Amino acid sequence: MATRSPQPGATSGPPTAWRRLPVHATRVVLALFFAFPVVFMLVSSFKPDQQIFGDLAGPRAFLPVGDLSLTNYTAVFDRVPALRFLLNSLAVSAITVVLGIVVNSLAAFALSRMRWRGRKFLLTVIIATLIVPFETFALPLVWWVNELPWLEVNGFGLTLTEGWLDTYRVQILPFVAWGFSIFLFHQYFQSIPKELDEAALIDGAGWFGIYRRIVMPLSGPAIATVAILTFLPAWNSYLWPLMVVQQEELRPVMVGIQYFFQLNPSWGEIMAYSSMITVPVLALFLAFQRSFINSIASSGVKG
Amino acid sequence: MNAKTRRLVTASLVAVTTTAVLAGCGGADGGSGSEGGVLKLWTHNAGNAAEYDVVEKVVNDFNASQTTYKVEIEAFPQGSYNDAVVASSSSKKLPCILDVDGPNVPNWAWGGYLAPLELSGGEVPLDDQLPSTVGKYQDKVYAFGFYDVALTMFARKSVLDENGIRIPTPEQPWTRAEFASALADLKASGKFEYPLEMGTGGSGEWWPYAYSPQLQSFGGDLVDRDDYKTAEGALNGPEALDWAKWFRSLVTDGYMAQKSGASPNDDFLNGKSAIEWDGSWSAAKNVEKLGDDLLILPPVDFGKGPKIGGASWQWAMSSNCAKPEGARAFLEFTRKTKYFTEFAKAVGTIPATDAAAAQIPGYEPGGRYEPLVRAARDFAVVRPVTPAYPFISSVFEKTAKDIVAGADPDSALGEAVKQIDANLKMNNFYAD
Repeated sequence: MATRSPQPGATSGPPTAWRRLPVHATRVVLALFFAFPVVFMLVSSFKPDQQIFGDLAGPRAFLPVGDLSLTNYTAVFDRVPALRFLLNSLAVSAITVVLGIVVNSLAAFALSRMRWRGRKFLLTVIIATLIVPFETFALPLVWWVNELPWLEVNGFGLTLTEGWLDTYRVQILPFVAWGFSIFLFHQYFQSIPKELDEAALIDGAGWFGIYRRIVMPLSGPAIATVAILTFLPAWNSYLWPLMVVQQEELRPVMVGIQYFFQLNPSWGEIMAYSSMITVPVLALFLAFQRSFINSIASSGVKG
Repeated sequence: MNAKTRRLVTASLVAVTTTAVLAGCGGADGGSGSEGGVLKLWTHNAGNAAEYDVVEKVVNDFNASQTTYKVEIEAFPQGSYNDAVVASSSSKKLPCILDVDGPNVPNWAWGGYLAPLELSGGEVPLDDQLPSTVGKYQDKVYAFGFYDVALTMFARKSVLDENGIRIPTPEQPWTRAEFASALADLKASGKFEYPLEMGTGGSGEWWPYAYSPQLQSFGGDLVDRDDYKTAEGALNGPEALDWAKWFRSLVTDGYMAQKSGASPNDDFLNGKSAIEWDGSWSAAKNVEKLGDDLLILPPVDFGKGPKIGGASWQWAMSSNCAKPEGARAFLEFTRKTKYFTEFAKAVGTIPATDAAAAQIPGYEPGGRYEPLVRAARDFAVVRPVTPAYPFISSVFEKTAKDIVAGADPDSALGEAVKQIDANLKMNNFYAD
């Protein structure tokens, strides 16, 4: 029977489990710290308002005890067209993600794999756009999208219209190209050996073939990361749709939260609605979690 | 991510994308304003089914009463309504008919969003309304409302009796000294960490709406109303300074939380506070929970009489309405006592006319909610009728918050006056 020889130094200190105790304790405290708001939200979504505030003083605030029911959830659907808002946000976020992955990866591919004059300067300019906050150019952007033309299908013909306000496209297209996604793809593409491109070129492949058949299939973690990082701001979008969308049927979920802030807000309903709109984001993150962490680790980008 | 998950995610994305692309990425074009006889109406009532239902009923009645115009409603949540209107006005997409919060009427009229109303018809004359429910600017009527709300103090009769505190009446409200004594007694009872709930956790318009009437009861004001050209003397005079010191002392004496909880009304109902400074919108809920033990008290007289803020949401016509005669016809149609009654009944607000009040149980003379009607009629002070009001409001909010947090009252009020006067000057005193 094989016996394990003691590790150097292992006999002089406490056992490994004990030595790791402070680390584990810190992790548990941090986990609780981040989990408590979510737990509070979920638990409170089943309680009546008065009980939510009555329980605040103690640990009952985090426990599913007392008068629990689904009343808040049914009230949400009476107050807000929640399903419509969820579908709107899902559609807007999903299309932004899909288009964002295609457009930004193509841009990053050209910057990373192809040799042409000025590409480093262009990459610098793209990265520089990240320091400009959206709020600073939101109003000019409203004015601009209100002037933009669009071709609309009208029976068997096309009609030229002006202004993008009150549409889905105005919630999607301004957010497809994003400097951070381009940078992230660029960093990841740099880690893929360029010899693969040369071999493919010799075999007769074109640049688009290399992008589609070699680079993208090897970039799963980067795609997952860009998907999450694009999805989150699209899902959380509030200011922009508030400014450009007037019709209720086009509104996203975050604008819906305002429906609950009446003179006497119903906090139970707010918690129920918040829980409903948080679940899709959590699900997405859990689905892509491993790829997300791999990509962050391998691309050298930390948020 | 395993192959199954990947397939699922990909399929979902493709399905959603295809659906949206087939839909043309377009919106349901509603047009802007009143093309083809359609009049758009914007209301702040998204999420507020009670009031929205009445708006819908009025609109349906109007649409059924004639065939020339069709009014269509677009509802926005109250918290984002003003931003939506301002953004739309800059792109000239305002609807024909819109509602407006009373204090904003002068600013929106001055800014060119609203057109003056010349209402000749209608069952209810404008003169029959509570003055605070008619939005005027430079002697022209720009808006009217079906109701008003009132600030009041809620308390439990049992608590006041237990502590030997006199129950005030509209004829004989608490004086400043009486109020101070009541708070001291309630604090001394040891049952309340903070006996007074003033809603200091609120934000935005709540601050000037809730606390500037107390400033006015001390003898100060937000601006000199003689010509609206300065806040000097009104907001930093000895009376205003007295108010600021009193306001801060509520915190330092332990009578009021510097920042109250997320739901002051629930805290009051849970017995955490003894007296709550709140609006008439909480009255029905409080009566339901506390029954006969609930007291609806008049505001304190700090020297210049009890005061509360006046003006709530009102209806108006936009200046870029392509069919003003249609909008006017609709607005005149709405001026029926039954609609004044229905709004107040549905929302629990104070009807704008006596005729409507007489038809609502509780609001009639001697009724459970009559103190609210009397407060709206006798104690309401309209917020300053100037286009500068939104700016003054935001300055006052910041100043009052600073004072509650411990800023020197003298310098805080001085700075507020400086900012307001600079704004007035920069805008040429909002001359047309």
